[in-house]
Amino acid sequence: MSVVQVVAEPAHPLLEMRGISKSFPGVKALDGVDVALYAGTVTALIGENGAGKSTLVKVLTGIYQPDAGDILIDGAPVRLADAQAAMRAGITAIHQETVLFDELTVAENIFLGHAPKTRLGLVDWAAMRARAGALLHSIDAPISPYARLKDLSIAQRHLVAIARALSVEARVVIMDEPTAALSYKEVEDLFRIIERLKGQGKAILFISHKFEEVYEIAERFVVFRDGRSVGAGRLAETGQDEIVRMMVGRSVEHVFPKVEVAIGGPVLEVAGYSHPTEFADISFTLRRGEILGLYGLVGAGRSEFCQALFGITRPSAGRLALEGRALTVRSPQDAIAAGIVYVPEERGRHGAVLPMPIFQNVSMAVLGRTTRAGFLRLAEEFALARRYAERLDLRAAALSVPVGTLSGGNQQKVVIAKWLATLPKVIILDEPTKGIDIGSKAAVHAFMSELAAEGLSVIMVSSELPEILGMSDRVMVMREGRLTGIWERDGLDAETLVRAATGNA
Amino acid sequence: MSTMPLDKPTVRRIPDKLSTPAARLLGSWESLLAAVAIAIFFANSLASPHFLDPWNLSDATYNFTEKAMIAFAMTLLIISGEIDLSVAAIIALASTAMGAAAQMGFGAPALVGIGLGAGLLCGAFNGLLVARIGLPSIVVTIGTMSLFRGIAQIVLGDKAYGGYPADFAWFGQGYMSDLSWWPSWPGFEVVTFEMVAFLVFAILFGVLLHMTAFGRRIYAIGNNAFAAEFSGIPVRRTKFVLFLLTGLMSGVAAVCLTSRLGSTRHSIAAGWELEIITMTVLGGVSILGGSGSIGGVVLAAVVMGLVTFGLGLLNVPGIVMSIFTGLLLILVIALPIVVRRLRASS
Repeated sequence: MSVVQVVAEPAHPLLEMRGISKSFPGVKALDGVDVALYAGTVTALIGENGAGKSTLVKVLTGIYQPDAGDILIDGAPVRLADAQAAMRAGITAIHQETVLFDELTVAENIFLGHAPKTRLGLVDWAAMRARAGALLHSIDAPISPYARLKDLSIAQRHLVAIARALSVEARVVIMDEPTAALSYKEVEDLFRIIERLKGQGKAILFISHKFEEVYEIAERFVVFRDGRSVGAGRLAETGQDEIVRMMVGRSVEHVFPKVEVAIGGPVLEVAGYSHPTEFADISFTLRRGEILGLYGLVGAGRSEFCQALFGITRPSAGRLALEGRALTVRSPQDAIAAGIVYVPEERGRHGAVLPMPIFQNVSMAVLGRTTRAGFLRLAEEFALARRYAERLDLRAAALSVPVGTLSGGNQQKVVIAKWLATLPKVIILDEPTKGIDIGSKAAVHAFMSELAAEGLSVIMVSSELPEILGMSDRVMVMREGRLTGIWERDGLDAETLVRAATGNA
Repeated sequence: MSTMPLDKPTVRRIPDKLSTPAARLLGSWESLLAAVAIAIFFANSLASPHFLDPWNLSDATYNFTEKAMIAFAMTLLIISGEIDLSVAAIIALASTAMGAAAQMGFGAPALVGIGLGAGLLCGAFNGLLVARIGLPSIVVTIGTMSLFRGIAQIVLGDKAYGGYPADFAWFGQGYMSDLSWWPSWPGFEVVTFEMVAFLVFAILFGVLLHMTAFGRRIYAIGNNAFAAEFSGIPVRRTKFVLFLLTGLMSGVAAVCLTSRLGSTRHSIAAGWELEIITMTVLGGVSILGGSGSIGGVVLAAVVMGLVTFGLGLLNVPGIVMSIFTGLLLILVIALPIVVRRLRASS
């Protein structure tokens, strides 16, 4: 597809990648992709998981060397031999999870590795703090350079990460899903920063799964599919449907395929559930075949509450009843035995054992069923894994490859497969589509509907309003550890939920 | 089965495995160790004419059998992400307990029971501190290393316990041919009780680690204890059991070693913890947890035994062997990391 040139933009790209290819054993991650970034312009990189976006970022930041192709800056070919070379070339990246150091100050975090030096070669603390202060000021971040990182909120840490990325003289800024962990208000702040960077003539590569954001902030787009660039152009001239078609190579009919399911009787009854510090007095009833959305801001105590239901933490007060029978959950083993399972938010940390094979992850919670007298039966495990892998449309080279080699969406499918294998009654999904692409997202949503139709009860924690509104039969909102209300799906609007979550009347 | 989440023309068929078992075996650390063992065997037989004597070879197995029995349990513990530095001190304490009991006139069966029981108790103590209270095992077992041996030292001072009953000597000095049911085939007369114990424990631990749900859970815990916990695996209980097993195997080794030496000093088995950990790591067990195999540790035990025996035949002094062990430990920890780095940069 041809790139449409427009007069208002610079005629020549600031950075151009031509025919970049990169292979790994068994996978062609990038297959001759072309990307052009222009000064003062935001280019959105769109694609499903496994389309090659992360590989491209790693090539641009000097972590991977391409097998073929050229990278040109101002029309001159450059070689980005390592991360330092990329930094010298003026390329910087803000990652999904930038590594910062809790015990260091904000200024130290920003300049770690490239601190200003005095003539004697010692760290010039005064200059460092002054420059950190100026950087933070330039992105409207009211944070003291002296503050220790551990005392900052998640959103403030994110601003520090941005300041760190901008602390090198950057001309090209890559933002890899920068909004994944941010609340609505924080996204607005981020967009203001991006506008400012644009004004400074920086070329920005913006990777996001959220179309609203892409259309709001970006001018241009590039679409990747299966390691190829399948389309590029100006967003103003391209409809969302067209981009979705390019991404998936087919049209996705609806983003939220919520199927109407007959709701049955009560399955899980929660009464007065409380925790010493995280949440208090949570009471509700979950019904058969129901998808109950749990909305709230980050830090409202939603995950902590769900983890207490699953036995990770113990409640200080409250009662549970499952199918009319009183239930005490002291450990995840209790919860799993009763039929309550939890798909955690942090896939890599809590969800999957990344270095272990797919089939061993799938069978992990049901080893009692795939073993005989404690002895493993590999054929049973492979059969179990295959059943759920095919049902969830898992993309993997083999069932014995480590889960860590899969894309985020496919890792999530492995975690879900593990829990479905336990034949649960209640499945709690904590931010099930966070950081996964639109194709996998639709698959997860369709699957949730399907599970509900089979009589499973679903609690879905989500910070995304469209997802909450699109998928839930009822929505429960938590604010500062307390339940602020439960609403039926009919006639519910986003404003009501946001008000309940933020406390603004 | 119900409908697919998205319309797909066909269901993708995902193969079980990519490579064949033979290909995986060929590229494994275990194959490398086996090659090294064979090379050392030939080098030894060329270096000394006494090496190939069956009785000499039989004696040589004592260089590794007792340590290896502990190394098997240590393998499970290290794969789970923990470590036990107190194993040699447990031997000292268990041996002291057996010595004291022998003074009181207990017979061989009771002594064995006391040795194993002392090992179990020490393991339970370590396990409680690590799994129950949640202290880091490296700190706990450095502490109990001093504690257990300290108790032995207070009890024994400069003295030594001796006077073990005659039938107790069999565990460390006896041959299987002493038993009536042992076949009298040629060559079988040099097989010691310890060799058989070594092989039996190798099989038991190999089966436990590689063929049971318990073993699978050890790998899960070592690779990601959080995800294991979130998958309903009893992480603390499993770790407690592993400390118990390590204590028990230290007790077994204490029985064999005490029986072989016929006396107990407080310095018994001094420095063994390092040799046992070296053996485990040489066997391909990642010191960071999560990977390794019993087969590798069996081969590592044989390699270390052959090297020690070969150096002994060449009259190399003990201090040089200790230097060798130290260098070997650093080398086998560094090697996989260096290889990975070279691969990544090429």
